[in-house]
Amino acid sequence: MPTSTPRDYVISARNLTKHYGDFAAVDDISFDVPAGESFGLLGPNGAGKSTTMRMIGGVSQRTSGSLTIMGLDPEQHGPQVRAHLGVVPQQDNLDEELRVRDNLLVYGRYFGLPMSYLKPKADELLEFAQLTDKAKSKVDSLSGGMKRRLTIARSLINEPKILLLDEPTTGLDPQARHVLWDRLFRLKESGVTLILTTHYMDEAEQLCDRLVVVDKGKIMAEGSPARLIREHSTREVLELRFGSERNTTVAAELQGIGDRLEPLPDRVLIYTHDGEAALEQVTSRGLHPITSLVRRSSLEDVFLRLTGRSLVD
Amino acid sequence: MTEPSSPPAGVDNGGTTANQMTTAKPQLHAHPPQVSAERARRFGSWYYAEHSLRVMNGYRWTLIAYSVGNPVMYLFAMGVGLATLVDQNSPGAFGGVSYLAFIAPALLASATIMTAATEFTYPVMDGFKWRRVYYGPHASPLGVHQIVNGYIIAITLRLTLMSAIYFGIVAAFGASPSLWGWAAVPVAVLCGLSFGLPLMAYSASVQEDKGQFALVMRFLVTPMFLFSGTFFPLATLPIYLQWIGWISPLWHGTQLGRMLTYGFPVPLWLVVIHVLYLVGLAVLGWRLAHRTYARRLGK
Repeated sequence: MPTSTPRDYVISARNLTKHYGDFAAVDDISFDVPAGESFGLLGPNGAGKSTTMRMIGGVSQRTSGSLTIMGLDPEQHGPQVRAHLGVVPQQDNLDEELRVRDNLLVYGRYFGLPMSYLKPKADELLEFAQLTDKAKSKVDSLSGGMKRRLTIARSLINEPKILLLDEPTTGLDPQARHVLWDRLFRLKESGVTLILTTHYMDEAEQLCDRLVVVDKGKIMAEGSPARLIREHSTREVLELRFGSERNTTVAAELQGIGDRLEPLPDRVLIYTHDGEAALEQVTSRGLHPITSLVRRSSLEDVFLRLTGRSLVD
Repeated sequence: MTEPSSPPAGVDNGGTTANQMTTAKPQLHAHPPQVSAERARRFGSWYYAEHSLRVMNGYRWTLIAYSVGNPVMYLFAMGVGLATLVDQNSPGAFGGVSYLAFIAPALLASATIMTAATEFTYPVMDGFKWRRVYYGPHASPLGVHQIVNGYIIAITLRLTLMSAIYFGIVAAFGASPSLWGWAAVPVAVLCGLSFGLPLMAYSASVQEDKGQFALVMRFLVTPMFLFSGTFFPLATLPIYLQWIGWISPLWHGTQLGRMLTYGFPVPLWLVVIHVLYLVGLAVLGWRLAHRTYARRLGK
């Protein structure tokens, strides 16, 4: 690992901890984010992603540990830290009583930006967010995807070098998500450091250079999506369906095939470096699944392996 | 028509849009974060006030219609209709002034209280819970205290404008004979804040609207309006009801207003008490609002 001074990192967290009463929402996590990186916090609901984001955003106090943003402690230099950031919260908090363009102008004023800058900048951002023809509309007439894009446009009004995105595409339809990904990718290309939380694996694979998988406030794994897959899963996965009643009983007969076997209620997963070869072994044992599928391992396999398959609410 | 785009350099023909864009775009840069932070530190409250005023500007005609319609309605009904009857039947009952002059400063002060009661309840809940508008500025360089102060500034301006219009109409009705009548405007604004700011602190602590604000209107604002010496001198009430007036900011504001608009005699020590009571409530509410806002936003 290259030696870096803390100055090279735009965000540096050491043993960061946040308790709500007895509950440790964030439990002793450490990570560094160099400038220009796209860094993801991946985890199930309640893993502590949003709490971490709020501490980075300088709006929530930590219980212990240290945290610096651009070398500044957000608890001592809140306004200075927040002046560096663009923030896209999990829940939109646009002012629905103002028109679309006015939301950008008003937000820019919080940074003391003059109208001579804000007016052309607002138009530029509306174009970026593909909302130019909605400039004079009321916010409540916008679709969910449009509101999200407006929130992102708003977060860019001060030309931040660091953008915090808390579940940017949750609740959007596939088209809207792809439009957003495209916009975020452009920001990344222009050198903006992206910090995002998500529980969409495809989103993490698309956007993140590096990510940490968090669960119950702790970091379970860290690395690039490809490295995580390499370290925590096999190259391929063979999915077999024998019918809901038979999956678990058949699983016993499949022992020894592949590196790892995982029976689920609806299917059996065989982790292996060669899916087709594994499938041949299955049929040679006289077992004939209703359907079979060989696919590449994905971040989802890593995620489910690390955070468990039980439902988290 | 071979080259529809990119006009030749140097051609400055009345500034076409395309030309302006190409020359203006490269200069578009935000000032550095340090400048943002410094400006927010110095002017943040005003920036938030600007936001609130822009929102109000969205329904300015409603506000103006209310500010004009409300006094005209009350002054005609009470000050002309009811007053004719009162003045005929008991001349001299109100210290030698007309009933209209007697109730005008009370109506003025109660108008600011009613408006404050609306502006410091539902919009506060809206900021924290319904549309969560406080969380946007909270993520910006603004501090929580600036969000609080900015909103107070905006509402103070609204109350000032409304009271000025109210007073203008009162004066037009000939109900403010004193030269000092105009000073009833800042008193009425102070009166509105002395009730509104503690209410703001309370609203910020409400987690869920279970009709608390409706109760505030019904069991706080309405009795205050009726029992604060608004329509008759407080002394007319039996002593066991007079305490409502004594603790009511409306009574303190009304007494000051009467002194200013028609020279109602108030001893100096009582003037001091009236002012201190109103200022005290406003300052207390303001401090509490800072606390409750900071606690709730910083969770």
